[in-house]
Amino acid sequence: MSEHSGHTGHVVPVSTYLLVFFALMAGTALTTGVAYIDLGRWNTVVALAIAVTKMMLVVLFFMHVKYATGLTRIVILAGFFWLGIMITLSCADELTRTWEINPAGWGGIIPFLLRLF
Amino acid sequence: MSEMAAHGAHKHPPGFAHQFEDMAQQKEASTLGMWAFLVTEILFFGGMFTAYTIYRELHFESFVTGSHLLEVKFGATNTYVLICSSLTMALAIRSAQTGKRKGQIIFWLILTMILGALFLGLKLRFEWYRDYVDGIVPGISWAYNGPHAPGVQMFMCFYFFMTGVHALHMVAGLGILTVLVIMTARNKFSPEYYAPLEISGLYWHFVDIVWIFLFALLYLIGGRY
Repeated sequence: MSEHSGHTGHVVPVSTYLLVFFALMAGTALTTGVAYIDLGRWNTVVALAIAVTKMMLVVLFFMHVKYATGLTRIVILAGFFWLGIMITLSCADELTRTWEINPAGWGGIIPFLLRLF
Repeated sequence: MSEMAAHGAHKHPPGFAHQFEDMAQQKEASTLGMWAFLVTEILFFGGMFTAYTIYRELHFESFVTGSHLLEVKFGATNTYVLICSSLTMALAIRSAQTGKRKGQIIFWLILTMILGALFLGLKLRFEWYRDYVDGIVPGISWAYNGPHAPGVQMFMCFYFFMTGVHALHMVAGLGILTVLVIMTARNKFSPEYYAPLEISGLYWHFVDIVWIFLFALLYLIGGRY
Protein backbone atom coordinates (compact mmCIF):
# COMPACT_ATOMS: atom_id res chain seq x y z
CA MET A 1 0.00 0.00 0.00
CA SER A 2 2.76 2.48 0.80
CA GLU A 3 5.23 3.57 -1.81
CA HIS A 4 7.69 4.78 0.84
CA SER A 5 11.26 3.57 0.75
CA GLY A 6 11.38 1.27 3.76
CA HIS A 7 9.06 1.81 6.67
CA THR A 8 10.29 5.16 7.96
CA GLY A 9 8.80 7.49 5.39
CA HIS A 10 10.67 9.82 3.09
CA VAL A 11 13.62 11.70 4.62
CA VAL A 12 13.97 15.17 3.14
CA PRO A 13 17.55 16.46 2.79
CA VAL A 14 18.55 19.36 5.05
CA SER A 15 19.52 21.32 1.94
CA THR A 16 15.91 21.16 0.71
CA TYR A 17 14.64 22.41 4.07
CA LEU A 18 17.13 25.29 4.01
CA LEU A 19 16.21 26.21 0.44
CA VAL A 20 12.52 26.33 1.36
CA PHE A 21 13.35 28.31 4.51
CA PHE A 22 15.21 30.99 2.56
CA ALA A 23 12.46 31.11 -0.06
CA LEU A 24 9.93 31.72 2.73
CA MET A 25 12.06 34.47 4.26
CA ALA A 26 12.49 36.08 0.84
CA GLY A 27 8.75 35.87 0.21
CA THR A 28 8.07 37.63 3.50
CA ALA A 29 10.55 40.39 2.65
CA LEU A 30 8.99 40.71 -0.81
CA THR A 31 5.44 40.95 0.53
CA THR A 32 6.49 43.58 3.06
CA GLY A 33 8.45 45.56 0.47
CA VAL A 34 5.75 45.50 -2.19
CA ALA A 35 3.27 46.94 0.31
CA TYR A 36 5.28 50.17 0.21
CA ILE A 37 4.89 50.47 -3.58
CA ASP A 38 1.71 51.83 -5.10
CA LEU A 39 0.18 49.15 -7.31
CA GLY A 40 -3.39 50.14 -6.62
CA ARG A 41 -5.71 47.14 -6.72
CA TRP A 42 -2.79 44.82 -7.55
CA ASN A 43 -1.26 45.21 -4.06
CA THR A 44 -3.82 42.76 -2.71
CA VAL A 45 -3.39 40.35 -5.62
CA VAL A 46 0.41 40.31 -5.23
CA ALA A 47 0.20 39.91 -1.44
CA LEU A 48 -2.18 36.96 -1.79
CA ALA A 49 -0.15 35.39 -4.59
CA ILE A 50 2.99 35.50 -2.43
CA ALA A 51 1.05 34.16 0.58
CA VAL A 52 -0.31 31.25 -1.48
CA THR A 53 3.20 30.46 -2.80
CA LYS A 54 4.58 30.43 0.75
CA MET A 55 1.73 28.18 1.82
CA MET A 56 2.46 25.74 -1.02
CA LEU A 57 6.14 25.61 -0.01
CA VAL A 58 5.25 24.86 3.62
CA VAL A 59 2.61 22.29 2.65
CA LEU A 60 4.70 20.45 0.06
CA PHE A 61 8.06 20.38 1.84
CA PHE A 62 7.71 21.05 5.57
CA MET A 63 4.46 19.07 5.80
CA HIS A 64 5.83 16.39 3.43
CA VAL A 65 2.79 16.45 1.14
CA LYS A 66 5.09 16.20 -1.89
CA TYR A 67 5.90 12.70 -0.66
CA ALA A 68 2.41 11.84 0.60
CA THR A 69 -0.13 9.42 -0.81
CA GLY A 70 -2.95 10.40 -3.14
CA LEU A 71 -5.47 9.81 -0.36
CA THR A 72 -3.85 12.47 1.83
CA ARG A 73 -3.75 14.93 -1.05
CA ILE A 74 -7.42 14.43 -1.88
CA VAL A 75 -8.36 15.18 1.74
CA ILE A 76 -6.34 18.41 1.64
CA LEU A 77 -7.85 19.47 -1.68
CA ALA A 78 -11.31 18.73 -0.32
CA GLY A 79 -10.62 21.04 2.61
CA PHE A 80 -9.69 23.92 0.33
CA PHE A 81 -12.61 23.16 -1.93
CA TRP A 82 -15.04 23.45 0.99
CA LEU A 83 -13.34 26.70 2.04
CA GLY A 84 -13.92 27.93 -1.49
CA ILE A 85 -17.60 27.05 -1.28
CA MET A 86 -17.92 28.91 2.02
CA ILE A 87 -16.26 32.07 0.77
CA THR A 88 -17.91 32.06 -2.66
CA LEU A 89 -21.47 31.48 -1.51
CA SER A 90 -21.17 33.85 1.47
CA CYS A 91 -19.86 36.60 -0.78
CA ALA A 92 -22.49 35.86 -3.41
CA ASP A 93 -25.15 36.34 -0.75
CA GLU A 94 -23.84 39.38 1.11
CA LEU A 95 -22.41 41.38 -1.77
CA THR A 96 -25.56 41.13 -3.89
CA ARG A 97 -27.99 42.21 -1.18
CA THR A 98 -28.58 45.58 -2.87
CA TRP A 99 -29.35 44.15 -6.27
CA GLU A 100 -32.60 45.18 -7.86
CA ILE A 101 -34.33 43.06 -10.46
CA ASN A 102 -32.31 43.78 -13.53
CA PRO A 103 -34.20 44.28 -16.81
CA ALA A 104 -30.99 43.22 -18.56
CA GLY A 105 -31.47 39.75 -17.07
CA TRP A 106 -28.49 37.44 -16.55
CA GLY A 107 -26.26 39.71 -18.66
CA GLY A 108 -26.08 42.03 -15.62
CA ILE A 109 -23.65 39.60 -13.96
CA ILE A 110 -20.80 40.56 -16.27
CA PRO A 111 -20.46 44.27 -15.33
CA PHE A 112 -20.57 43.21 -11.66
CA LEU A 113 -17.77 40.68 -12.10
CA LEU A 114 -15.72 43.20 -14.08
CA ARG A 115 -16.12 45.77 -11.31
CA LEU A 116 -14.67 43.31 -8.77
CA PHE A 117 -11.37 43.34 -10.66
CA MET B 1 3.47 -10.47 3.75
CA SER B 2 6.42 -8.77 2.06
CA GLU B 3 6.66 -6.51 5.10
CA MET B 4 8.08 -9.48 7.02
CA ALA B 5 11.15 -9.45 4.79
CA ALA B 6 11.49 -5.66 4.95
CA HIS B 7 11.29 -5.56 8.75
CA GLY B 8 13.42 -8.64 9.36
CA ALA B 9 12.99 -9.59 12.98
CA HIS B 10 10.85 -6.51 13.57
CA LYS B 11 7.33 -7.69 12.99
CA HIS B 12 6.17 -5.50 15.87
CA PRO B 13 8.42 -2.48 16.20
CA PRO B 14 7.95 -0.25 19.25
CA GLY B 15 4.83 1.88 19.05
CA PHE B 16 3.07 -0.53 16.68
CA ALA B 17 -0.69 -0.83 17.28
CA HIS B 18 -2.01 -4.24 16.35
CA GLN B 19 -5.20 -3.18 14.59
CA PHE B 20 -2.95 -2.12 11.69
CA GLU B 21 -1.39 -4.36 9.05
CA ASP B 22 2.05 -2.79 9.39
CA MET B 23 3.82 0.39 10.46
CA ALA B 24 3.39 2.00 7.04
CA GLN B 25 -0.39 1.67 7.24
CA GLN B 26 -0.36 2.91 10.83
CA LYS B 27 1.64 5.98 9.85
CA GLU B 28 -0.65 6.64 6.90
CA ALA B 29 -3.68 6.41 9.20
CA SER B 30 -2.26 8.82 11.76
CA THR B 31 -1.21 11.30 9.06
CA LEU B 32 -4.66 11.12 7.49
CA GLY B 33 -6.29 11.61 10.88
CA MET B 34 -4.29 14.76 11.56
CA TRP B 35 -5.08 16.10 8.09
CA ALA B 36 -8.79 15.47 8.69
CA PHE B 37 -8.47 17.59 11.83
CA LEU B 38 -6.52 20.28 9.94
CA VAL B 39 -9.28 20.41 7.33
CA THR B 40 -11.71 21.27 10.13
CA GLU B 41 -9.23 23.93 11.24
CA ILE B 42 -9.08 25.33 7.68
CA LEU B 43 -12.84 25.81 7.89
CA PHE B 44 -12.63 27.12 11.46
CA PHE B 45 -10.25 29.91 10.53
CA GLY B 46 -11.95 30.04 7.15
CA GLY B 47 -15.15 31.24 8.79
CA MET B 48 -13.32 34.26 10.16
CA PHE B 49 -11.53 34.85 6.87
CA THR B 50 -14.89 34.71 5.06
CA ALA B 51 -16.42 37.29 7.37
CA TYR B 52 -13.28 39.41 7.00
CA THR B 53 -13.51 39.21 3.19
CA ILE B 54 -17.09 40.39 3.17
CA TYR B 55 -16.64 43.26 5.63
CA ARG B 56 -13.47 44.35 3.88
CA GLU B 57 -15.33 44.49 0.60
CA LEU B 58 -18.16 46.48 2.18
CA HIS B 59 -16.01 48.90 4.23
CA PHE B 60 -12.67 49.11 2.47
CA GLU B 61 -11.64 52.63 3.60
CA SER B 62 -12.34 51.78 7.26
CA PHE B 63 -10.24 48.65 6.93
CA VAL B 64 -7.38 50.62 5.36
CA THR B 65 -7.52 53.16 8.22
CA GLY B 66 -7.66 50.35 10.79
CA SER B 67 -4.84 48.43 9.14
CA HIS B 68 -2.60 51.48 9.30
CA LEU B 69 -3.00 51.46 13.10
CA LEU B 70 -1.00 48.20 13.12
CA GLU B 71 2.78 48.27 12.88
CA VAL B 72 4.16 46.29 9.94
CA LYS B 73 7.56 45.77 11.59
CA PHE B 74 6.06 43.67 14.39
CA GLY B 75 3.89 41.65 12.04
CA ALA B 76 6.82 41.03 9.72
CA THR B 77 9.19 40.13 12.58
CA ASN B 78 6.66 37.65 13.93
CA THR B 79 6.32 36.15 10.46
CA TYR B 80 10.09 35.60 10.31
CA VAL B 81 10.01 34.09 13.83
CA LEU B 82 7.31 31.58 12.86
CA ILE B 83 9.06 30.60 9.63
CA CYS B 84 12.20 29.86 11.69
CA SER B 85 10.10 27.79 14.09
CA SER B 86 8.72 25.74 11.18
CA LEU B 87 12.28 25.01 10.06
CA THR B 88 13.35 23.91 13.55
CA MET B 89 10.24 21.70 13.82
CA ALA B 90 11.00 20.05 10.47
CA LEU B 91 14.57 19.46 11.63
CA ALA B 92 13.34 17.91 14.89
CA ILE B 93 11.29 15.38 12.92
CA ARG B 94 14.21 14.74 10.58
CA SER B 95 16.45 14.05 13.59
CA ALA B 96 14.04 11.33 14.71
CA GLN B 97 13.78 9.91 11.18
CA THR B 98 17.55 9.62 10.87
CA GLY B 99 18.03 8.01 14.28
CA LYS B 100 19.85 10.87 15.98
CA ARG B 101 20.30 10.93 19.77
CA LYS B 102 17.23 12.05 21.68
CA GLY B 103 19.22 15.07 22.90
CA GLN B 104 19.35 16.40 19.36
CA ILE B 105 15.60 15.92 18.82
CA ILE B 106 14.89 17.69 22.11
CA PHE B 107 17.24 20.52 21.10
CA TRP B 108 15.22 21.28 17.97
CA LEU B 109 11.90 20.90 19.80
CA ILE B 110 12.95 23.31 22.53
CA LEU B 111 14.23 25.78 19.94
CA THR B 112 10.80 25.58 18.27
CA MET B 113 9.15 26.28 21.63
CA ILE B 114 11.43 29.25 22.28
CA LEU B 115 10.53 30.74 18.89
CA GLY B 116 6.83 30.13 19.52
CA ALA B 117 7.08 31.77 22.92
CA LEU B 118 8.99 34.66 21.33
CA PHE B 119 6.13 35.13 18.87
CA LEU B 120 3.61 35.29 21.71
CA GLY B 121 5.84 37.55 23.81
CA LEU B 122 6.36 40.05 20.98
CA LYS B 123 2.66 40.05 20.20
CA LEU B 124 1.56 40.58 23.77
CA ARG B 125 4.15 43.16 24.77
CA PHE B 126 4.60 45.26 21.62
CA GLU B 127 1.24 44.91 19.91
CA TRP B 128 -1.64 44.06 22.21
CA TYR B 129 -0.37 45.90 25.29
CA ARG B 130 0.39 48.97 23.22
CA ASP B 131 -3.03 48.76 21.57
CA TYR B 132 -4.55 48.67 25.06
CA VAL B 133 -2.59 51.76 26.11
CA ASP B 134 -3.44 53.58 22.85
CA GLY B 135 -7.14 52.81 23.30
CA ILE B 136 -7.83 50.77 20.18
CA VAL B 137 -9.05 47.56 21.81
CA PRO B 138 -12.81 47.37 21.19
CA GLY B 139 -14.86 46.71 24.29
CA ILE B 140 -11.86 46.85 26.62
CA SER B 141 -10.04 50.10 25.91
CA TRP B 142 -11.58 52.19 23.15
CA ALA B 143 -10.55 55.83 22.81
CA TYR B 144 -10.30 56.16 19.02
CA ASN B 145 -11.57 59.44 17.59
CA GLY B 146 -10.09 59.39 14.10
CA PRO B 147 -11.93 58.90 10.82
CA HIS B 148 -14.28 55.99 10.07
CA ALA B 149 -14.64 55.13 13.78
CA PRO B 150 -17.36 52.42 13.50
CA GLY B 151 -15.57 50.67 10.62
CA VAL B 152 -12.20 50.90 12.35
CA GLN B 153 -13.76 49.38 15.46
CA MET B 154 -15.06 46.54 13.27
CA PHE B 155 -11.59 46.05 11.79
CA MET B 156 -9.97 45.97 15.24
CA CYS B 157 -12.55 43.36 16.31
CA PHE B 158 -11.44 41.21 13.38
CA TYR B 159 -7.80 41.84 14.26
CA PHE B 160 -8.14 40.78 17.88
CA PHE B 161 -10.41 37.82 17.20
CA MET B 162 -8.33 36.43 14.36
CA THR B 163 -4.91 36.95 15.96
CA GLY B 164 -6.35 35.97 19.35
CA VAL B 165 -7.67 32.63 18.15
CA HIS B 166 -4.38 32.13 16.32
CA ALA B 167 -2.46 32.88 19.54
CA LEU B 168 -4.60 30.30 21.40
CA HIS B 169 -3.55 27.76 18.77
CA MET B 170 0.08 28.74 19.38
CA VAL B 171 -0.35 28.16 23.12
CA ALA B 172 -1.91 24.74 22.42
CA GLY B 173 1.06 24.07 20.14
CA LEU B 174 3.48 24.90 22.95
CA GLY B 175 1.61 22.44 25.17
CA ILE B 176 1.89 19.74 22.49
CA LEU B 177 5.61 20.44 22.09
CA THR B 178 6.10 20.08 25.86
CA VAL B 179 4.47 16.65 25.71
CA LEU B 180 6.73 15.73 22.76
CA VAL B 181 9.85 16.78 24.69
CA ILE B 182 8.80 14.53 27.58
CA MET B 183 8.01 11.62 25.24
CA THR B 184 11.37 12.02 23.50
CA ALA B 185 13.18 12.12 26.84
CA ARG B 186 11.45 8.85 27.71
CA ASN B 187 12.90 7.23 24.55
CA LYS B 188 9.54 6.76 22.83
CA PHE B 189 10.79 7.66 19.34
CA SER B 190 12.99 5.93 16.77
CA PRO B 191 13.33 5.85 12.96
CA GLU B 192 10.59 3.19 13.02
CA TYR B 193 8.17 5.18 15.16
CA TYR B 194 8.00 8.96 15.23
CA ALA B 195 4.37 9.57 14.18
CA PRO B 196 3.50 11.87 17.14
CA LEU B 197 6.37 14.15 16.09
CA GLU B 198 5.27 14.09 12.46
CA ILE B 199 1.62 14.90 13.12
CA SER B 200 2.44 17.58 15.69
CA GLY B 201 4.68 19.05 13.02
CA LEU B 202 1.68 19.15 10.68
CA TYR B 203 -0.27 21.09 13.31
CA TRP B 204 2.59 23.52 13.91
CA HIS B 205 3.12 24.19 10.19
CA PHE B 206 -0.60 24.75 9.78
CA VAL B 207 -0.60 27.43 12.49
CA ASP B 208 2.36 29.04 10.68
CA ILE B 209 0.42 29.06 7.39
CA VAL B 210 -2.55 30.74 9.08
CA TRP B 211 -0.24 33.47 10.35
CA ILE B 212 1.23 33.95 6.85
CA PHE B 213 -2.26 34.83 5.63
CA LEU B 214 -3.13 36.88 8.72
CA PHE B 215 -0.03 39.02 8.23
CA ALA B 216 -0.73 39.62 4.54
CA LEU B 217 -4.42 40.35 5.05
CA LEU B 218 -4.46 42.34 8.31
CA TYR B 219 -1.26 44.38 8.23
CA LEU B 220 -0.93 45.31 4.56
CA ILE B 221 -4.42 46.44 3.54
CA GLY B 222 -4.38 49.30 1.10
CA GLY B 223 -0.60 49.38 1.01
CA ARG B 224 1.77 51.52 3.04
CA TYR B 225 2.81 54.09 0.44
